This record gives sequence, structure tokens and C-alpha cells, in this order.
Amino acid sequence: MLTAALPDEHGHFGPYGGMFVPETLMTALNELSAEYAKAKQDPAFQRELAGLLADFAGRPTPLYFAERLTEHLGGARIFLKREDLLHTGAHKINNALGQILLARRMGKRRIIAETGAGQHGVATATVAARFGFECVIYMGQVDMERQALNVTRMRLLGAEVVPVTAGQATLKEAINEAMRDWVTNVRSTHYILGSALGSHPYPMMVRDFHRVIGEETRRQILEREKRLPDVLVACVGGGSNAIGLFHPFLADKDVRMIGVEAGGEGIEAGKHAARFQGGKLGVLQGTRTYLLADDDGQIQLTHSISAGLDYAAIGPEHSYLRDEGRVEYEYATDAEALAAFQALARLEGIIPALESAHAIAHVMKIAPRTSGIIIANLSGRGDKDVQQAAQLCG
Amino acid sequence: MRIDETFARLRARGETAFIAYIGAGDPNLAATKALALALERCGVDLLELGIPFSDPLADGIVNQMAAQRALHAGTTTRGVLDCVRAIRETSELPIVLYSYLNPLHSFGLAKFYAEAGSAGVDGLLILDLPPDEDDGAVVSTMKRIRLIAPTTPPERIARITARAEGFVYYVSREGVTGEQTTVAASLEGQVNEIRKTTSLPIAVGFGISTPEQAAEVARCADAVVVGSAIVKRIAKHGLDPTLCEDVSAFVRPLVEAVKTAPRPC
Repeated sequence: MLTAALPDEHGHFGPYGGMFVPETLMTALNELSAEYAKAKQDPAFQRELAGLLADFAGRPTPLYFAERLTEHLGGARIFLKREDLLHTGAHKINNALGQILLARRMGKRRIIAETGAGQHGVATATVAARFGFECVIYMGQVDMERQALNVTRMRLLGAEVVPVTAGQATLKEAINEAMRDWVTNVRSTHYILGSALGSHPYPMMVRDFHRVIGEETRRQILEREKRLPDVLVACVGGGSNAIGLFHPFLADKDVRMIGVEAGGEGIEAGKHAARFQGGKLGVLQGTRTYLLADDDGQIQLTHSISAGLDYAAIGPEHSYLRDEGRVEYEYATDAEALAAFQALARLEGIIPALESAHAIAHVMKIAPRTSGIIIANLSGRGDKDVQQAAQLCG
Repeated sequence: MRIDETFARLRARGETAFIAYIGAGDPNLAATKALALALERCGVDLLELGIPFSDPLADGIVNQMAAQRALHAGTTTRGVLDCVRAIRETSELPIVLYSYLNPLHSFGLAKFYAEAGSAGVDGLLILDLPPDEDDGAVVSTMKRIRLIAPTTPPERIARITARAEGFVYYVSREGVTGEQTTVAASLEGQVNEIRKTTSLPIAVGFGISTPEQAAEVARCADAVVVGSAIVKRIAKHGLDPTLCEDVSAFVRPLVEAVKTAPRPC
């Protein structure tokens, strides 16, 4: 099967993906799949979404030539896809807009979501406000502390932010709580899952809503350079910004793609969120994929400087693309990401999100010994991280 | 066999079964064995043992905390199987394991089916493995218990019961496990919907905590499941020497209510 044609109708990407959820959710997920399939073919839906992406979110985003970073590294020419310039400050709004239109089609006027760094929570609270829907955001207590600015933003937008204190009190626990809410209120509520994760149809649907990133990038680089890029780089937590950039290029065999996971304090230290470095096949929160678990199948604690990458499982399509050898997966440590965060600020006048700084860190590693064109997805802006970075940089 | 025999015996007597759920390893596996035997003496007909998992997303806070205590006490999947073996030394109480997929996946599904069967486990309910994802490739002596929810549409009910063994577990309300103050009004209608598709006994659970609720559910179900309400008592007593006594004192009136409820439908 053509890699780009996946998943199959039950949400499988080869051996990955699927629908591993309690029975209470099966019907809602099947309804969501059916509704999404209809919407996808509906020109009116696509038109409305395109209009919102343009006028409300600010698409297309620029493809920016990072001249001074390029000079500084002295190798490949580096371009940045500026998703950080979108309304709400990250790529997450692409998916939030798509899903709220679906929720409206399904007559569901209560919206819930999980959030790690708070970017998806802000995007969801934003679209809920725009459409006048009730909105509840689940967020780990630890993340609420390190992303306090985003908590304030969500509340300003009228969302209720519910702290989650269970377990390690980060993204994974927030998803558990959001799924519990959904199980309980499934008839009135739509769950806007924020990454290419979880049960079918989410990994496919979230990917499709973010494909606009890669489609624009492809058009922009062809217009400007009359050729395709040599390398694409994106950070991978669940993997939504990466799959959105990569997917429209999958058939372009000469385009190398690199996903960058969170190396935390280092792989040897065991304090990281790099599922392809120490992880194994398992099932978590609705999907079969690579994850970090102990020998008894208990999900392990993860660590990353960036809340958005601090998660134990990777989106199932990434597991598939890695098996196929189509995408390579590397990691950047906290220290490398922080150095890239500072470098981009000084060299380009752009403060990236700490998540996106992982992609920049990898670009800084490979650019000096790479020729041609590298495009990195600058998936979000760093305003939310300034306080944390100031503390860490002393 | 123990599951079928138990339901056949109860059906002959016109009685509804009482199923108790506890988290294995909470507060530790020695206590689980003692609790299992104590519950049997209370007249419990079938025991559901939860294998602890770090991320039990179909469970409410009570069962989640029980799983965390069990994990802190060092409970492993292998340990739970050893515990069943220990219970089997003196008891023929039917035992169903209630689990999420990942711990079993880690153990090796085929290996787990084989070892659990030989340890004396009678049935297996995997919360996050719907029939759609279950290719049924692994054969086992254990009965595969299947869940049906209030949101499950009729054509899907038929597809699920076609794959069900032992009994059908009807989740009586939309939500996670945990005590509720009322029994869902839709209960009888859904149970009747399920009966159209299967002759297997129907167990009803999720949210039942008082003798009154248990009796109400017993009027249309073949088995009543009480879980979180018992787990809450276990949480309260922990390693107290009075644990089994106090839990028994809580369970006895529930069993009594189920056993004396009139059996109509």
C-alpha cells in the first residue's frame, strides 16, 4: 500500500494505530469517523475551513530564509516555516479550527481538550470562544506551573482550566482525564484531541488538518527556489507539526525527513521522552505505537524541558514511517534545545517555542555538513517559554 | 468451566449472581488472597481481579488510586497470576481478570493466556481491546468477557455478543467506574436489547454501591457487579488487621440484597 494512502479504514498504519478504547467511546469514535469522511468531501466545509485558516488564523504562513543562521552554520541554506506567526502562536490552531467545525456539524456544543505546553489548550479555547461553545481544558498541574501564561490566556478566552494532579501531572495524565470526561459526557461533548495520537480517527484527522503546513511549504519552496528541499526537520512530541510538514512530501523520494524527539537530560540518564531511543511497542490511550514503558508494561515517567514534547507515546504514523525507513528520528537534549532557543533569538530575532527549539537544535547539528536546502518547522513561538528560559539561563 | 457452572447453578435456583471487583495487590497481594477468600465466605459468586495499570483511563479515581497503591507495593502481572494460584489452593471461586492491554502486551499475550489459564483464571476482560481490534488468534481456556455500553447501537451489540463468552458485561452508565447515587433509567431497555442477541448471562456494573441499587439492578440482570464501593473500603483500611472483617461487613448486605431481589425478566 502507498505510504501516503494510510491508514486503512480502521485506522491502522501497518501494525500501528487502531482503536484501543473502552466500549463507551467506540460509537462516538465511529460517528466521528463517519462525519469526518463526509466533511472531507464537502466543498462547503472545506471552503469554510480555508476561509477561517486565512482570515482568522493568518494562513499562509511565510517560508522564511534564515540568512544569518545559515551564515553562522556555514553549510546548507536554512529556511523556517513560520507556524509561530499564526494566531495563538503555534500550528495547533489548524487542527482546532477543523475540529470545531466538525463538532458543530455533529451538534456538539461542549468542547474538551487536553494540553501540555498550553498551545493546544489556547488554540481550542480560542476556537470555542469564536464559535460560542462551552470549553473545558485539562492540564497537568506541573505544566500549569511551567506554562502559567497560557493558563491565563485560556481563562481570558472563557475556558475552564482543570488541573490534573494524578501521576506525573503532565500531558499523559491530562489526556486520561479528558478521555474520562468524554466517556462520561460523550453525547453532548466533542473532544478536540491536539496531536496525531490516540484512537482512530484522530491520528489521521489531526494529520489532515495540519497537512496545509507541508502543502504550503512545498508550493513556496518550488516558487522561490524552483526545487524541492533536501531535508525537512520538525520536533516530535505526539508528532502533529511533523506529520503535517512531512506528509505532502512522502512521495518525494529525494527529500530526507528528520523528526526530533526530546532527549531531556540525556538517554543514558533515563530522563527523556525519546520513544525511539529506549521505547518499545505498546498500547496507550487508544493507539498501538512506540512508547516508554517498564518491563511490566507500566508507562514510564518522561522528562523534557518542553511540556509539549513531554509524553510517553509517539503518534502511530511516525512509528510506521520509521519502520519504513521513510523518516529518520533523532533527539535533542534540554541543553541543546536551550542553546538553539538562544541562538535563534540572537541570530534571527525570532524566539522559538522550546518544542520547536528541538528542531532548530538538530538543524544546527547537521547544517554545517549538509549541502542544499534544509527546511525546519518553526511550529510555535516562545513567548510562553521566556520566563522558564530566563530561569534556566540564569 | 467454573463460570458456566456457577451461572447454571444460580439459574436453576432462580438467583442473581453477585460479582465483586477488587484491585489485585491493593494494599498487597497477600491481602488480596485473604480478601478473595473472605469475599467467597460472604457469598460472592465470582471475583473480578484488576491487574494494576499506570494509566487506567476507563476507571474513576477510586480504582486508579488502588492501582497506584498496588504498583507501589510492587505488584506485577506475574505476581497477580501467582496470587490466583494461591487462591486456587483452597478455593473454586470463579475468577475473572480485568486488565488494560499494555501490561498483557508486555507480558506477551499468548504467554499470558496460557499461564493465566493454567493458574486457574476463568475469564479475562480487557478494557481497551474492543472486538474490532481482537483478531482472536490466541486460543485460551479462559472465557473472553466482552463489554457493552449504553452508547452501543443494536447492530454493534449483536456483533459483540457473537464474540462473547462466559457472560456479557453491561456498563450501566456512561462514565468511568465509581459510585453513583442513582441507577440509570435506560438500564432495563438496554439489557433487553442485549438479551435479544444472546443467551449468555448479563452482568451489570459501574456505579453500584448500595444494597438498594444492587437490588434494583438484580431485577433485570443475571449478575450485579460492585467494584469501586468495595475498593473504597479497602483503601480506608489498608493494612489494618480488621481489613477483611470490615470489607465483609460491607459486602454481606449487598450480597443479601441481590440474593433476595425478585427475579422477573
